[in-house]
Amino acid sequence: MIANQLSIFAENKPGRLAAVTKILAKEKINIRATTISTSDTFGVINLLVDDPKRAMAVLTKAGMMVSLREVLAVLIEDKPGGLDRLTQLVAKENINVNNAYGFVLESSEKAIFVVEVDQTKKTEALLEKHGFRTLDTEALSAIEPFHYMKY
Amino acid sequence: MYWDEREETVEQARLQETQMEGLRETLRRAQGSSYYRDLFKDRRLQIDDIRKLADIEMLPLTTKDDLREHWPWGFVAVAREELIRMHSSSGTTGRATVIFHTANDIKAWTHLVARSMYMTGMRRGDVFQNMMTYGLFTGGLGFHYGAEEIGALVIPAGAGNSKRQIQLICDFGTTFIHIIPSYALYLSTVFDEMHVDPRKDTKLKAAFIGAEPHSEKMRRTIEDLYGFKAYNSYGLSEMNGPGVAFECPCQNGLHIWEDQFLVEIIDPLTGKPLADGQEGELVMTTLKREGMPLIRYRTKDLTRIIPGPCDCGRTHRRIERIKGRTDDMMIIKGVNIFPIQIEKRLMEIPGVGTNFLVLLDREGYDDYMNVQVEVKREFFTGDLKQLEKLRRRIVEELKSDILITPRVDLVAPDSLPKTEGKAVRVIDNRKD
Repeated sequence: MIANQLSIFAENKPGRLAAVTKILAKEKINIRATTISTSDTFGVINLLVDDPKRAMAVLTKAGMMVSLREVLAVLIEDKPGGLDRLTQLVAKENINVNNAYGFVLESSEKAIFVVEVDQTKKTEALLEKHGFRTLDTEALSAIEPFHYMKY
Repeated sequence: MYWDEREETVEQARLQETQMEGLRETLRRAQGSSYYRDLFKDRRLQIDDIRKLADIEMLPLTTKDDLREHWPWGFVAVAREELIRMHSSSGTTGRATVIFHTANDIKAWTHLVARSMYMTGMRRGDVFQNMMTYGLFTGGLGFHYGAEEIGALVIPAGAGNSKRQIQLICDFGTTFIHIIPSYALYLSTVFDEMHVDPRKDTKLKAAFIGAEPHSEKMRRTIEDLYGFKAYNSYGLSEMNGPGVAFECPCQNGLHIWEDQFLVEIIDPLTGKPLADGQEGELVMTTLKREGMPLIRYRTKDLTRIIPGPCDCGRTHRRIERIKGRTDDMMIIKGVNIFPIQIEKRLMEIPGVGTNFLVLLDREGYDDYMNVQVEVKREFFTGDLKQLEKLRRRIVEELKSDILITPRVDLVAPDSLPKTEGKAVRVIDNRKD
């Protein structure tokens, strides 16, 4: 399964991230995870949201430069060595990771690791073959990031 | 005190007689060029119609575009074999304008530069270090020849290589330098780094600063840093180059050498002549040039004639330091740049959007150009590396055209002010 990540161009200055989150909040779009990569004066805000297509539409309407990118959201175990199993596999196949971030689903149980790679389809097949589960946007939307009740 | 007392202190009335003779000679010579021959024929102009200096208003103005359109030989008024030198403007726009000189032209030019330098105190035996680019740019050879004429020892150092410049100043006891003002400020920081105090550890007496506009305050700063006098030099390649107008020790305006140039100030919009004291566009006619006489050439530089005589005794009138330009040309680190050059380059690069903005700033003693460029919406894939690659490509492409390295920022589409009507694509934040 392939998920969609929202990438937003932003100048590297105060208020740019706030401008994005303000729109998403107003549109009641939920953000699952975020990373920002910056160059000297500009950067890209990467967001995993529950409704990427609608998010892209509202942000574009607001004049922002937005792109949808294919990423792999891989379910891994939240325990020592959980991520290592995944990265060793990817490394062995000589697949380059361009961007990655993760978030915990259930403490000490499950986590999601999001990776951007050069060959998404090939990587997806490889991961499925080795028993990893990848989530698409719908699956990501359905899950509750935290079981708050446990805390 | 004077390189040529008779010429420099000639009475205005006598000067005007000489100018009238020079003007008639220029009109006669100009007929040797295809451009002016055709122009005079089209306008049914007869040399005899020009009886007094004020009649010059009857003659059409000449522009840089005319020079470009009739490039390269259209303005040459002598046989090709008579030409011994060519120069080109420091601008780098597509087709640069070229100026040709005969042996007499080089002599006349050299004479003016020598007169200018002598006026500030340079004498035989002085050591003159020329920190300007040699080559097509007139600031190199123009000053070089003038200093040799005086009998100074010339160090043709050329531009850049700051540590070597300072080493030369120390090793050979340089007394006069020719330098771009922004570079003079920068060089003072290198003096610091090398623990050399230009005020105490050198024999420097004065600097000629030119090739880019600068304020009175900037000049005073340079003088304080170095502990010498800095004299403002004005010139343009179309009128030879340096040695057109130069400051005397009074440092109150630049004497414009009226024995070789007929000077007018016009309203840049209407083309009507303005009286002394009023600010407008400087328009010049060569009075002695053989190879490429120019009539009523629009310099696009804004200034005014300072009314009244100068305390130094020279009768040639003075212009005020250049206030600005009538076009959108910008000068940074001594290089002339037009926004259209940047626009043309940018539009050829895939991924570049519709608008851009040029910001000129000064950080410490260093001028730099910052170009903000909108990215094309379709180009963006969310990949930061791709953007960084685009940014680097823009830097490289611009650098190859405008010769200085700009800072480039990528910005979102439609985030820059739209350019409607007259394009305001340059913001000059350089103060002083």
